[in-house]
Amino acid sequence: MTTELQRSGVSATLARAKGARRAALIGYLPVGYPDVDTSIEAMVTMVRAGVDVVEIGVPYTDPLMDGPIIQTAATGALAAGVRVRDVFRAAEAVAGAGASCEVMTYWNPVLRYGVDAFARDLASSGGSGLITPDLVPDEAADWIAASDAHGLDRVFLIAPSSTPERLVTTTAACRGFVYAASLMGVTGARSSVGSAAAELVRRAREVTDTPLCVGLGVSTGEQAHEVAGFADGVIVGSALVATLVQAPDNRAGLIALAAKATELAEGVRQ
Amino acid sequence: MTEQPTTQAAPPLGRFGAYGGRYVPEALVAALEELDEHRTKAMADPAFLGELAELHRSYTGRPSIITPVRRFGDEHCGGAQVVLKREDLNHTGSHKINNVLGQALLTKRMGKTRVIAETGAGQHGVATATAAALMGLDCTVYMGRVDTERQALNVARMRLLGAEVVPVDHGSRTLKDAVNEAFRDWVANVEHTHYVLGTVTGPYPFPEMVRDFHRIIGVEARAQLLDEFGRLPDAVLACVGGGSNAMGIFHRFIDDAGVRLIGLEGGGDGPASGRHASRFSGEATPGVLHGAFTYVLQDDEGQTIESHSVSAGLDYPSVGPEHAYLRDSGRADYYPITDHEAMTAFEALSRTEGILPAIESAHALAGAMKIGRELGPDALLLVSLSGRGDKDVHTAAKWFGLLDERDSDV
Ligand SMILES: Cc1ncc(COP(=O)(O)O)c(C=O)c1O
Repeated sequence: MTTELQRSGVSATLARAKGARRAALIGYLPVGYPDVDTSIEAMVTMVRAGVDVVEIGVPYTDPLMDGPIIQTAATGALAAGVRVRDVFRAAEAVAGAGASCEVMTYWNPVLRYGVDAFARDLASSGGSGLITPDLVPDEAADWIAASDAHGLDRVFLIAPSSTPERLVTTTAACRGFVYAASLMGVTGARSSVGSAAAELVRRAREVTDTPLCVGLGVSTGEQAHEVAGFADGVIVGSALVATLVQAPDNRAGLIALAAKATELAEGVRQ
Repeated sequence: MTEQPTTQAAPPLGRFGAYGGRYVPEALVAALEELDEHRTKAMADPAFLGELAELHRSYTGRPSIITPVRRFGDEHCGGAQVVLKREDLNHTGSHKINNVLGQALLTKRMGKTRVIAETGAGQHGVATATAAALMGLDCTVYMGRVDTERQALNVARMRLLGAEVVPVDHGSRTLKDAVNEAFRDWVANVEHTHYVLGTVTGPYPFPEMVRDFHRIIGVEARAQLLDEFGRLPDAVLACVGGGSNAMGIFHRFIDDAGVRLIGLEGGGDGPASGRHASRFSGEATPGVLHGAFTYVLQDDEGQTIESHSVSAGLDYPSVGPEHAYLRDSGRADYYPITDHEAMTAFEALSRTEGILPAIESAHALAGAMKIGRELGPDALLLVSLSGRGDKDVHTAAKWFGLLDERDSDV
């Protein structure tokens, strides 16, 4: 069957982690923060520290699913002049470092770039697909066609509020993995991972065989370990971005990032 | 045969032609579906409609009157006959209350106990705080820092009414950023919170629902004109921020083919300046912002461009999707009005009629000054006076240099 042949880099990575009886670690960083070169260096740093999949963010002026940390980084990246096309350079660099990646983007930059053109350029730069926080399958006809044409993953989100019917239709529309939002809220560190995440994964497992990766709020190795107990992948964003945002300079930021990524990587491997 | 209302010809759920839709995080979809179900039932339920009508009669002060403004028409509009639909006389001072009372009743029907809102000029925030006080709901209003400063009086009004006002310091610190913050709150608290979106944009069903709550403006005005003038107007004019007062006054006239529908946008320093809020001229192209596919002020990377207008209520980079549809289909026309033109109209109405308009509404008056001169004395123009100018006294007094230095630093 063609699905095996077309299996994306990320699917293969998730399968390898599963073979090693552990969850994969998916680390988010926005391209262009604090500048394009440093952001790419940061992504490679995460990979060396044990991140399996890089989630490359496209900075956007109106990130309504993001909390203060990621907003700060997005604003900084835009002020520093990041362009949408820089995401393709980042994808190539991540592939070059031996990891796979998904691009996480709000819908308008893709729409403006051209849905098919974006898919084409992402596929040729080695990216596996897109995570779309403000695009639900109901509105995604163009993207479903483009991702089919270019053999890309399409990762839609499910949330604790998703109805049983929507869990079925949304997970069926996903390829690569399903992004399970661990809680009702925006990105940002939380002191604990609530029970909603495990419950959502349990409900989703009943309706899909696609891998389920859990994100939102995970910030420590301990939390990563806990989520790894029931999910196929653990997605961490703000806690990694925070190391760069809070550092006095780039060098210190990369060191803090490596330390945080190592802690999280140990969490999923325990 | 009567024409089908244009909006009924719109293809799939929640679309006006190509525009509209529901570009939101999955976490909100269930709440939007719940809202759609409740408002569809409510709008067909005599008990709900009766309760809303009674509130409008005994609380809002509906029907709002129409006022012919002869001196303004003679001296500033080429002698055209100008009639104002007086939404400024509603309780809380603008059209915003029409929508808010409807959504507050729906909030109670859905069993939710808290409302949140975004606000630009503060009128929608004041209306929401008012309805929350009336109906015993908790209320949080998000407002860009820039707007809390230029509309300080309304911040105080909301707080006096018991609402929490949260200044927003991200991005352009105006209405668009207040909307972002309201969405973030809503995602986290959707179980017990309803987002009272203040205009005809956002994800479906908001554009249609908010329009339907404001439709009463045009329904009343059309009957009043037929009654008092024996004819329909040649043109209906309204300012367009998100576009709720405009959709409200336009909708009943859409099938009246002889009636021109004219929307006036915040033109800021002018279309060529790059400092404006004219979504239908210049840099704006179709895109997605705040849950809807519509015209958006954006750069060629799909990043939102900050809008500029002397009027906080028009200072928004996107516009309701039904306006995008009316514009593309040619049923309505949209023109920018510069800050300067709007303030000239503000002064003209104040001096000739003793009515201080909201600066938003002054854009519609400036439109009447242009169209009136074009059409001449036989024309009958209906203008949506969407709000009163009390909130703008400080801004206007500064604009016209009426404050001396000692007074102005209050
Ligand atoms: C008096 C008044 N008119 C108009 C507007 C613009 O909103 P809309 O275009 O939704 O009518 C506002 C918004 O704050 C307002 O306060």
